[in-house]
Amino acid sequence: MVTLTIDGKEVTVPQGTTILEAAKSVDIRIPTLCYHERLNPIGSCRMCVVEIDGFGHPMAACTTPVEDGIEVTTNSDRLTRIRQDSLKLILVNHPLDCPICDKGGECLLQDLVYEHGIDKVEYTAAKVDRDSLYATPLIRYWPDRCIMCLRCVTACQEIKGIGAISIEGDGYGAQVVAVDPEICQSCGECLQVCPTGALTADLSRYRGRTWLIDRVPTTCTYCGCGCQLELNVQNNQVIAVTTKDGVGVNQGSLCVKGRFGYEFINSDDRLKTPMIKQNGEFQEASWDEALSLVAEKFSAIKAEHGGGAIGGLTSARCSNEENYLFQKFMRAAIGTNNVDHCARL
Amino acid sequence: MAGLAATFGSGAMTNPIKDVLKSETVLVTGTNTTENHPIFANYLKEAVLKHGTKILVIDPRRIDLVDYAELYLQPKPGTDIAWINGLMHIIIKEGWAAQEYVAERCEGYEDFAKNLEKYTPEYVSGITGLSEDELYAAAKLYGQASPASILYAMGITQHSCGTDNVKSLGNLAMLCGNMGVEGGGVNPLRGQNNVQGACDMGGLPNVYTGYQKVDIPEVREKFAKAWGLEADALDANPGLVLTEMFPAAAEGKVKAMYIMGENPLVSDPDLTHIEHCVEALDFFVVQDLFMTETAKMADVVLPGVSFAEKDGTFVNSERVVQRIRKALTIPGEAREDREIIAELSTRMGYEMKYESAEAIMQEISQVTPSYGGITYERIAEKGLAWPCPDTDHPGTPILHVSNFSRGKGLFFTIDHQPPAENADAEYPFILTTGRVHSHFHTGTMTRKGEGLNKVHPEIKAEINPEDAARLGVEDGDLLSISSRRGSIEVKAWLSDRPAAGLVFVPFHFHEVAVNRLTNAVLDPVAKIPEYKVCAVKVEKAV
Ligand code: SF4
Ligand code: SF4
Ligand code: SF4
Ligand code: SF4
Ligand code: FES
Repeated sequence: MVTLTIDGKEVTVPQGTTILEAAKSVDIRIPTLCYHERLNPIGSCRMCVVEIDGFGHPMAACTTPVEDGIEVTTNSDRLTRIRQDSLKLILVNHPLDCPICDKGGECLLQDLVYEHGIDKVEYTAAKVDRDSLYATPLIRYWPDRCIMCLRCVTACQEIKGIGAISIEGDGYGAQVVAVDPEICQSCGECLQVCPTGALTADLSRYRGRTWLIDRVPTTCTYCGCGCQLELNVQNNQVIAVTTKDGVGVNQGSLCVKGRFGYEFINSDDRLKTPMIKQNGEFQEASWDEALSLVAEKFSAIKAEHGGGAIGGLTSARCSNEENYLFQKFMRAAIGTNNVDHCARL
Repeated sequence: MAGLAATFGSGAMTNPIKDVLKSETVLVTGTNTTENHPIFANYLKEAVLKHGTKILVIDPRRIDLVDYAELYLQPKPGTDIAWINGLMHIIIKEGWAAQEYVAERCEGYEDFAKNLEKYTPEYVSGITGLSEDELYAAAKLYGQASPASILYAMGITQHSCGTDNVKSLGNLAMLCGNMGVEGGGVNPLRGQNNVQGACDMGGLPNVYTGYQKVDIPEVREKFAKAWGLEADALDANPGLVLTEMFPAAAEGKVKAMYIMGENPLVSDPDLTHIEHCVEALDFFVVQDLFMTETAKMADVVLPGVSFAEKDGTFVNSERVVQRIRKALTIPGEAREDREIIAELSTRMGYEMKYESAEAIMQEISQVTPSYGGITYERIAEKGLAWPCPDTDHPGTPILHVSNFSRGKGLFFTIDHQPPAENADAEYPFILTTGRVHSHFHTGTMTRKGEGLNKVHPEIKAEINPEDAARLGVEDGDLLSISSRRGSIEVKAWLSDRPAAGLVFVPFHFHEVAVNRLTNAVLDPVAKIPEYKVCAVKVEKAV
């Protein structure tokens, strides 16, 4: 174990802990931008600088391991100035698109700029035009909003083990590019970790403001992993799917189906009324008509041939509660064990 | 998952998904994890990259995960029992078996070990096409690791010998003492969100909820009482399984069917035959979100609602019961499925009345010992893994820790059987079917929007470049694939994932329904059709 002080508070943590993690363990907040809990420290943004007694220059808290006896200061005029400068360098070519940016309202950059009270940027740089084709058509890349924090590239590499994207060019011409669009799985891990509006879900573009959206926690409806996600709802439409870092078996990750496969919910093709087939054609029917027809037919077949002449298939897509009722219906109301589902398939 | 239930007394994943981070070796077989269970694949990669876990892939298809594997073996399709027995033969011979564990916790070892004697590397090599060195290396990788986990999916179960395949994997795990330990276990990956729940809830012809058997009189009496029926009112005979129901319809034994949320007219094998069976029904009711191919054949279609429009629970592959929540109002006149069933039941003279999904869960936990402690309140934030017998119980992430659910773990003596249909001169290729990562099952949901279709717009058959060259086929050419049962046309995608002699076609696309080709021969116990092995002829379409 190693003991150090942070802002005058004594902290004891295991060897190898970073200063950032040590500070977090005693609820001292150091501003960060490129750091992400699920990723190895990247160290690209310099927002997390701290002063260490005896060291001339400030150090990045997210990449610097603790040492016995050091005294760390996380807040000073000098540090604020460095952080403001880092933000200003980012803002040189950053279009303050906030009013039309899907990230507006929960953008880490927006929050930090606000927190550090930056109202003007003294530097200028020539604008470089960049084209912006991303690795997947489901995600849109906005190069001007990109702060080169590298979270996306790191996540694709570390969490997905894929490496479909990397950085090309340098200085203000740098941008995220697809290494190989063929290997991209459109999972949106990169989108999930991007702290800004540089990556946005193309299906959701301009469809809702973050502060108007209702986020309803639920379970993915596709595979048996059972990922936890949030349906983003506005005006009774699902306009996006998001996750909370660290929640559920997926810890904030999803695959392409869970993240982008929600359009069926609001599809116009959804069945909206019961239908009865007459002379080979479906006719819309009321619930009363449809259910009394079904009840009548099932009852008649049961009376004549016994419950065993009726079979039911319940569903691996439906909830436990519905499956329970379905088998109860087959067993108690129809009187047969002829009930199965497609799990075998 | 009949095989696993027979061996250990429960047919679910024995360990949590995240446990692979603690495994020394993970044997992956019959699952294209990166495509079908991407989140699981994330953990596997993390295990390799950050924890030094070694992956052993044994699969006829060169799946993407092979890039992360320590060792990859490509056996001939339909030879799983042979290679598993082969590995166990070597493990016993080399003294890598967990002798004490086997003696203390298992039974049936003597006969089982005796039967393995004939599975010498030489014999197994002849059946599987794997070299003796490969078999030895794989046996070592799994046999010497502690703990080691086994992951499998439909590639193992969708054979006419699927149940035996699963039992064989169970044998292997027990032999090496990998059951009931962190980072070990035998772990079937469930294909659909709530397969586990549908089974748990008694959506099976032989059991009520929690796998309580219908042919046990006390169990029947208990349910009859809970459901307000006469003590002897419930049917004592197990019912028909799905794959028996359709033929029974054709024979006139089943007159009516009620299908909720399933689309067997794309997913079932030997599709053309099933259409005939459905046509023979007197009355056919389908309850679904969409006018599926199955719904089109119905006499009455009832509109249900999606997971976003109702409260309830799903159970994932790890047996964790988790909430779904109503986020939207219901479109048009559609109704919650539970209300439809309750109303129908009431109209048929058996009254059902529930105020909410939660009220149903309360009834479930009363009649189901393994769900006894599951309440909406307890799973509001985080799900619970069953068995969870009472409301103080923390759930059971790992099964069989000090005892197997059936008492002792049972070794099964199992022999290799050749697949029901082998490649021959007329049908020289083996067809296998499955999923691709951006679509789901029969495509009713994933193919509705523009998003996922952009990523994976059309069906393609994967074929080895060697075979393609021989047939004069180039990437994107139209292939004609025919079996003894039917024929489809589909574009070719040259890929070295399938071995030479193998073609792979996904089943999500109703316009090219690959199940017109597949074989309805069933596994005698689990009654899963043989999807994975079917002999076909492949030609360039003209
Ligand atoms: S990325 Fe953030 S700061 Fe930039 S435009 Fe979008 S909301 Fe504003
Ligand atoms: S979508 Fe997924 S695979 Fe594609 S670049 Fe982003 S993280 Fe990588
Ligand atoms: S796209 Fe987002 S995550 Fe990637 S470098 Fe730019 S700002 Fe960072
Ligand atoms: S997000 Fe993908 S991996 Fe997760 S449950 Fe849904 S389909 Fe499965
Ligand atoms: S958060 Fe430490 S350098 Fe970015």
